[in-house]
Amino acid sequence: MSNATPALQIDDLRKSFGKAEIIRGVNLTIGRGERHAVIGPNGAGKSTLFNLITGRFPSSGGKVRLHGNDLTGLAPFQINRMGLSRSFQITNIFPNMSVFENVRCSLLWSRGYKYSFWHIVSKSRELTEAADAVLEQINLTERRDLPAGMLSYAEQRALEIGITMAGGADVIMLDEPTAGMSHSETDYIMDLIRQVTENKTLIMVEHDMGVVFGLADYISVLVYGEIIATGRPEEVRANPKVQEAYLGAALEAEH
Amino acid sequence: MSDTASNNGTAQRGGSRLGAATPWIVSIVILAIIPFVFTSNSAITIMNQMAITIVFALAYNMLLGQGGMLSFGHAVYMGVGGFMCVHIMNYVEDYSLPLPLPVLPLFGGLFGLGLATIVGSFSTRKAGTVFAMISLGVGELIAACSVIIVAFFGGEEGVSGDRTYGLPFFGIEFLHQIEVYYLIAFWLLLSALLMFLYSRTPIGRMANAVRDNPERAEFLGYSARWVRFFSFCASGFFAGIAGGLFAINYEILTEENLNLVQSGSILLITFLGGVGYFFGPIIGAVVFTLLQTVLSLETELWQLYVGALFVATVMYFPGGLAGILMMHMPAIRMGKAGLLVMPYIKTVLPAIIGTLGLAALIETIFHIRHAATGDEEMTLFWTTFNSHSVLPWLVMILVTVTGYWLTRRNLPELRRAWHEANTIDGSPS
Repeated sequence: MSNATPALQIDDLRKSFGKAEIIRGVNLTIGRGERHAVIGPNGAGKSTLFNLITGRFPSSGGKVRLHGNDLTGLAPFQINRMGLSRSFQITNIFPNMSVFENVRCSLLWSRGYKYSFWHIVSKSRELTEAADAVLEQINLTERRDLPAGMLSYAEQRALEIGITMAGGADVIMLDEPTAGMSHSETDYIMDLIRQVTENKTLIMVEHDMGVVFGLADYISVLVYGEIIATGRPEEVRANPKVQEAYLGAALEAEH
Repeated sequence: MSDTASNNGTAQRGGSRLGAATPWIVSIVILAIIPFVFTSNSAITIMNQMAITIVFALAYNMLLGQGGMLSFGHAVYMGVGGFMCVHIMNYVEDYSLPLPLPVLPLFGGLFGLGLATIVGSFSTRKAGTVFAMISLGVGELIAACSVIIVAFFGGEEGVSGDRTYGLPFFGIEFLHQIEVYYLIAFWLLLSALLMFLYSRTPIGRMANAVRDNPERAEFLGYSARWVRFFSFCASGFFAGIAGGLFAINYEILTEENLNLVQSGSILLITFLGGVGYFFGPIIGAVVFTLLQTVLSLETELWQLYVGALFVATVMYFPGGLAGILMMHMPAIRMGKAGLLVMPYIKTVLPAIIGTLGLAALIETIFHIRHAATGDEEMTLFWTTFNSHSVLPWLVMILVTVTGYWLTRRNLPELRRAWHEANTIDGSPS
């Protein structure tokens, strides 16, 4: 596997729900270590694109390759084992389990525990320390033993990101990580994302243009199931097609 | 702040070794001495039944509480394990094989595991209603087989064996109930410990995760389906052990051990005890067995009362009896549980008296409807009276109404005390 292989390569990906074509031939190449944001108006198919890549829905056509390996027909858990991890637009944690347990569960597979029934998890110092380190990193050490469902919204989002990156996947996909957050919470999550995705490939869907332009090396604009532009932030910002279709309106709304 | 938190964490972890062993040591001591406290044969019979039910309920809770899978046909795994053990008993006797009785439950477990592997391979694909319906169907299917495959299930009269088949095991022939008791107690402890440890393994933790959020678990690298499958197999194994113990204790298995009534009551027992805690099913099994054996001697209507208790638990305390106990932990930790004693006496005592009054009314109505004509005399709470005269009715109605009225009147006081006992001192509330 050479460095030249892109982290993620999408060729002519399509998805229809009945007659409605939601994703109409997406082509996208995301290099290793890139921080790539997918933006676009509501209903453009951003979340659907995420769900197709991660195997949550089967695609109607086209191919997705992770480090050159075809993902067609694989289940989410198989894709995850190949080094791709994702978060969700709606907070998706284990609400009845403690914050610590949430993180520990996300470490089990990648640390090789698999379906073991001959290890006692609390006896593994390695697991405990690794989980505590993640908690430290996402700033939730004080909440360690609380049920995750009792955390504040921003804390749950932080936990979601912690769970997503804890397993050590090198391709991280975040679906609207700052949705519904206040300005200070957004800054906190942005710093956190920057910190935990160091040396990793990041693909995110985001509405907050501040976050997008603050974090992303590359931006793709998805409109009606097609990517109309991909490039450096400044190129995309200057692109008249993007201005017309989406960004002008979005940037105006910001100010 | 974070320093103190992690220090507390370490202190808890350091002290947990002894702390974790305490319940097990206490259980061993209780199981060892309880036959000296309740020495009668009937008491030991009840305890044997209780222990078997505990193993089965704990096995069932591996599915329901820890895996989030509602099974309506779990009796078949216990039953098949038990049937197999009776056959092995007979086989060993016929061919004088050197298989000591104490290891027999292991074979019950292996057959439970085998059957669970086969059924689980297709039933655990989906959780929720699909799983529940498949379990119901398979349960009914196997129960129906018992009258069809007579060679294995023995038809209507079932199959029976003789546990004293082989050579004495270290001089013990298992002729007496008390010897069987200690054998069952040993298996109870061993199975409970193994099931507890299972819940602490990676697969046990992931069973919880899949129960809470199967989709998220998939995106962490775990197939929800395989996690459910392994929980199902483990549960089948321990249910089979319970079946083996049943075979040893009763020396007979019939269709009743497989049918839906049995599957339903283990669901009831587990839920009554509380699915959220490991020890919940133990409480459920103890309470249910006591009601089943002791209460059924007192009244023909015992199932009505058990049903009412179950409905009340589901409606008001979804955490079950274990949930009620654990609700008090915060107050106990803060040393404020004492505040609750008086309010409890003032509400719970009248509630009990009122409930007994209501039960007396029900019993009297039942007596009037079902006793032979002319038999108007009945005995209730050590009092003999005429069920057709007015006075006992007035007394019962008065007791019931007063009891419930007092409960209602004192309930706000209990609420206040509850709030007080669960508020950290000094915090504004």
